[in-house]
Amino acid sequence: MKARVVVTLKDGILDPQGKAIEGALKSLGIAGIDSLRQGKIFEIELATNDPTAAEGVLRGACDKLLANQVVENFQVEIF
Amino acid sequence: MKAAIVLFPGSNREQDAIRAIEKITGKKPSIVWHRENSLPAGSDLAVLPGGFSYGDYLRCGAIAARAPIMDAVRAHAGRGGLVLGICNGFQILVEAGLLPGVLMRNANLRFVCRMQHLTVERVDTPFASQYAKGQIIKVAIAHGEGNYVADAKTIARIEGEGRVAFRYSDARGARDRGANPNGSVNDIAGIYSDNFNVLGLMPHPENLIDSLVGGIDGRGMFESLAEFNGIPNRAQTHDAMVDRPPPPN
Repeated sequence: MKARVVVTLKDGILDPQGKAIEGALKSLGIAGIDSLRQGKIFEIELATNDPTAAEGVLRGACDKLLANQVVENFQVEIF
Repeated sequence: MKAAIVLFPGSNREQDAIRAIEKITGKKPSIVWHRENSLPAGSDLAVLPGGFSYGDYLRCGAIAARAPIMDAVRAHAGRGGLVLGICNGFQILVEAGLLPGVLMRNANLRFVCRMQHLTVERVDTPFASQYAKGQIIKVAIAHGEGNYVADAKTIARIEGEGRVAFRYSDARGARDRGANPNGSVNDIAGIYSDNFNVLGLMPHPENLIDSLVGGIDGRGMFESLAEFNGIPNRAQTHDAMVDRPPPPN
C-alpha cells in the first residue's frame, strides 16, 4: 500500500529557507501569501496491506530517521 | 594516544585531523570505515571529521549517525572514552543523540568560510587544558548548517552545567552579533557531553596547527588531548619542525 509522510518544522523554529522562498514569491508579484514554511514529503510504498501494521512501520521510520523530533513534526497518510 | 578517525562516504576533512593528531601526539591515528562494527582495541579517542557525509541528504549527519560504527562510538563514549566531532562530526553527534540540540541551516542562509575568533569557555577538560580560560583563539570555519538550536530547557541545562566549550566572538573576545557566523543561540560554537568526554564543535582547530597557514591556535586542542593521554609536551621538537621557514624558490 501507498503512504505519504510529511515532515515539517515545529512552530517557532527558524526557517530561513521558507523566508527566502516567501521573498522570491513576492518578487515574482505573487501577492496574498502571508507566510510560508518549507517541509519534506516522502512517498512510500509499503509491503503490507494492513493499515495498522503500515502505521507502525511508518511511525518507526519517522521516529528513527525521517524526522528529527527535536525540531520537526511528522504526519502520516495511508492510501 | 590511540586515535581512530571514523570515515563516512562524503567525509573530507579526515586528512587534516590525521595530520594534526600525528604532528602533535607523534602517533598516526587509524582510519575506521563506517561499516565496521568496532573501534580498534584500546582506542582512547574517536574522531568524527568534517565533510558532507552522505551528501547532507535528509539532514546533515542524519544518515551517518545511524551507521553501524556509531554503536561502537556510543559504547566508547559510555565507557568514558573521548569523542571529538568536528563540523559534520558535530552534526553527526547531535543526530546520534550523543550531544543535545540540533544544528540547523545558518540563519543568514550563507555558507560561511572564514577565519573566526572563539572564546575558550573552560579549560578543565581533556580537550582544552592547554588553553587559558577565556583565551581568544582564531581558527577556521566552513559550514552552511552550523546554527546551534535547542529548546530553552536544554539550553538552560547546558549553560547551567558549564557545558559550553567555545563561543563565537570578535577579536577582542566580545560577543558581538556580527561575530556570530550562523545565528547559534548564545553564540555556542561547541559543547561537551554531561561527562565532558564528548566534544562537538563547528570550527576546525585541526586546520590551524602550522604557522604556514597563518595561525597555530588549533594546536592547543591536540596538545590538550596529548597531555590527557600522558604524552609529554612535544612543543620544542614540534615547533622546530613546523616553524622552519619555507625553502627559497
